[in-house]
Amino acid sequence: MSGNPVASPVTAKQFKSEIKPVWCPGCGDFSVLSAVTKALAYLALPQQNVALVSGIGCSSRLPAYVSVYGFHGVHGRALAVASGLKAARPDLTVLVAGGDGDGFSIGGNHFLHACRRNMNLTYIVMDNEVYGMTKGQASPTTSPDWAKSMLTPHGPGVPSFNPAAIALASGATFIARGFTGKPNDLAKLIVDAIQHPGFSFIQALSPCTTYRPEQNEWKKIVRPFDADVTADPIEAAQRIQADDGLSTGLIYQTRLPVWQPPNSISAEIEQLERGFQI
Amino acid sequence: MSSRDPNHPSPTLSVAITGSGGSGVVTAGQMLLMAVADAGLYGLMGRSAGPQIRGGESAVMLRTGDHQIDCLDDHFDILIALDWLNVNRFAEEIPLTPESLIVCDPESGTVPEAIAHQGARVMALPLNALAKGVTEGRVNMVALGVIAELLGLPRQTMLSVVDKALKRKGAGVIDSAHQCINSGFDQPKSLQLRSKLPTISVPPPRWNISGNEASGIGALRGGIRFVAAYPITPATEMLEWLAPNLEKLGGALLQAEDELASINMIIGGSFGGIPSLTATSGPGLSLMMEGLGLAVTSETPVVVANVMRGGPSTGIPTKSEQSDLNIALYGFHGDAPHLVLGALDIRDCAFTTEWAVRLSEELQTVAIVLSDQSQGQARSVIDPPPAAPAGHGRKLAQANEGDYLRYRLDPEDGISPMAIPGTEGCLYTADGLEHNERGTPSSMPRDHQRQLDKRLRKLVNLDSGPSWAEIRGSGENCIITWGSSSGAAFEAANRLARLGRATRVIAIRLLSPLPENRLFEALAGATRVLTVEQNHGGQLYHYLHALRLLPDSARMLARPGPLPIRPGEIIQTMLEQY
Ligand SMILES: Cc1ncc(C[n+]2csc(CCOP(=O)(O)OP(=O)(O)O)c2C)c(N)n1
Repeated sequence: MSGNPVASPVTAKQFKSEIKPVWCPGCGDFSVLSAVTKALAYLALPQQNVALVSGIGCSSRLPAYVSVYGFHGVHGRALAVASGLKAARPDLTVLVAGGDGDGFSIGGNHFLHACRRNMNLTYIVMDNEVYGMTKGQASPTTSPDWAKSMLTPHGPGVPSFNPAAIALASGATFIARGFTGKPNDLAKLIVDAIQHPGFSFIQALSPCTTYRPEQNEWKKIVRPFDADVTADPIEAAQRIQADDGLSTGLIYQTRLPVWQPPNSISAEIEQLERGFQI
Repeated sequence: MSSRDPNHPSPTLSVAITGSGGSGVVTAGQMLLMAVADAGLYGLMGRSAGPQIRGGESAVMLRTGDHQIDCLDDHFDILIALDWLNVNRFAEEIPLTPESLIVCDPESGTVPEAIAHQGARVMALPLNALAKGVTEGRVNMVALGVIAELLGLPRQTMLSVVDKALKRKGAGVIDSAHQCINSGFDQPKSLQLRSKLPTISVPPPRWNISGNEASGIGALRGGIRFVAAYPITPATEMLEWLAPNLEKLGGALLQAEDELASINMIIGGSFGGIPSLTATSGPGLSLMMEGLGLAVTSETPVVVANVMRGGPSTGIPTKSEQSDLNIALYGFHGDAPHLVLGALDIRDCAFTTEWAVRLSEELQTVAIVLSDQSQGQARSVIDPPPAAPAGHGRKLAQANEGDYLRYRLDPEDGISPMAIPGTEGCLYTADGLEHNERGTPSSMPRDHQRQLDKRLRKLVNLDSGPSWAEIRGSGENCIITWGSSSGAAFEAANRLARLGRATRVIAIRLLSPLPENRLFEALAGATRVLTVEQNHGGQLYHYLHALRLLPDSARMLARPGPLPIRPGEIIQTMLEQY
């Protein structure tokens, strides 16, 4: 994307709803909200032609705060709702948002298949490496030695899930990592993701000030990848694996066929019924 | 039913064909059904298969006559065995009498005890030798000729069905099939049936269709244009029929990664304004329950066509049972008013599915349509199915009409206009969290109470009209039934009436919300009430009792699948109980 999403003619404010977020003060999710509204404003999309779908979690509250059509479903199924919506209404711009638990644990299977189905959707995971809404349990992206949850007093003891690597292995065609400490960069990534034809995945590092206060340190250590986006999956894999998970930017982008339903009417019901007549 | 008097149907004939995998049992059955259709008659062809993917034994059961046939008979008139391999597995499904005729080839061995003990007459014919006498000859085609002659089907009708059915296989295959059928016809027969099929001079217009296809047609008639689903026996054929045909109508089918996805995908499609459906069976329905609650709460209309099989768990995937009534009625957590309908027979799969779509769209809620394997995977020759009541369709919000409240409470019928993405000036977020009128999440007692009331009001206010049930006959005896047991119940009532015991049947199509007053009226004067259903626990019986709709003296006939409920069994229960 060229240009500056901040200086757009349609204001981001118009994309903000009146509803006051439930998030804790300092939550990274505020900045995802602002990045999403900036991106939509920059693209000057008619509000009624955009839908934002989510699951359940603190992060999944996002749709009500954005002035577009929203669907706040059940835990883990946002991608499924969004895929159905996009298949039925290819004319809409469909965004999907949620947490790391929502997307990688309970909804993990949908993540794999959304990546490989490559429908034209933009998926933003607000990754705080914890289950915020249920008050601080380990998520798939929590490190194995994080022992602050009463549910896993010795730490989860399981290597954490690498979302970018999984997305790549599953066939996603747009893989990026953003950071809520850099909302303008995140907004740019979202613009690029919406413009990308196919499934775009953005892992937005979004600190949980309540259950992961140590993530306040992220603003000191998060930095951009030191290489430009690649279309080579092997190079992308190396970059993802060599990284500590805190480098940001567009990592991988390629073009693959986009799944979309055929669109041609060739019969009326009466003709189909005739097939059964004796 | 056809125009003939449904209370005095003329006799029918029933044929079972069994054989090991690859012997062409199902092909023969389908061709026989086509032949009775071409002869102007009606027929019902069920099939039974083992679990093997290829090479398993199978059986087809066909009943034919001059009126629409909605259940199998108590006994078969003919059993023709292409071989006896594994036939024991079907023995229970093929009841015979001493009047029945077993046709078999001594080359395949003697009649197994499981079959022989019923004392049927046996006619030995050299089926295999006749097939071998024809180049590329097949024993199933010889059998078809034998059956057609025994039933009294015209030879030319049978041969021209071969031309149609085997068109793509080429002249060689058709020619050898003709020779086989002719040899089956011409083979001298020492025994005959007591009656032959009637001849019809001017046949009425009819369809040859499976229950799954009928459900598919019903869905499309109702307006379904988006389907997402995960394959499962015995619902898959509905999806296989829908996929190409939806496409022709400008719709789409998305194969989901699992049923959690499929239910949520159709919620997405319907939120987008496109009437949406999924098809599944018990295990899939279990996985969908959370999503269905979401559809109820967010007031997103969706239809689930659940083709029942033996349960619980993976159960008996290939065989029929009516045991998903409980999950369909009560499977949700929370208070979740929704629609449950049951198709009464193959033809009714079209009507009931269409009606379910229309009701779901109008009431903006979930409709679960129950059919079962004995309907879905069976084929029938039927009168063209009627259209369902059109209803009012989905009430849509208009653009820019001021402050938009998606879940507004003021409509008396509880149905608030739904805004479809793309509509200007009606932005809102649909929510599965309890919400206020605007859709904003709320945990306030008042909002919960009011929204629960609203969602219930939609169903309480529904006037189903006469379609809620099929009611036939009169008298103090009354059978209440649902789903695929209905055909057997109607037939049992006819026979009971002829025995001097006038019997009425109430076959319930709209199971929830049940029009209690209408059922109460339909029951007026009935003193001997029997509920009939094909499940172990008596799910309908307990449901009606819980609603206090049954007299205390009501009895139940509840028996699990996979054996179909047969008319004789109902008559016997009625006579024993009362
Ligand atoms: C089926 C189901 N299981 C469990 C829950 C409880 N639950 C609600 S949110 C949540 C996890 C939220 O974590 P995440 O998705 O990472 O989002 P965050 O709150 O951190 O933004 C869980 C387990 C639920 N709502 N539904």
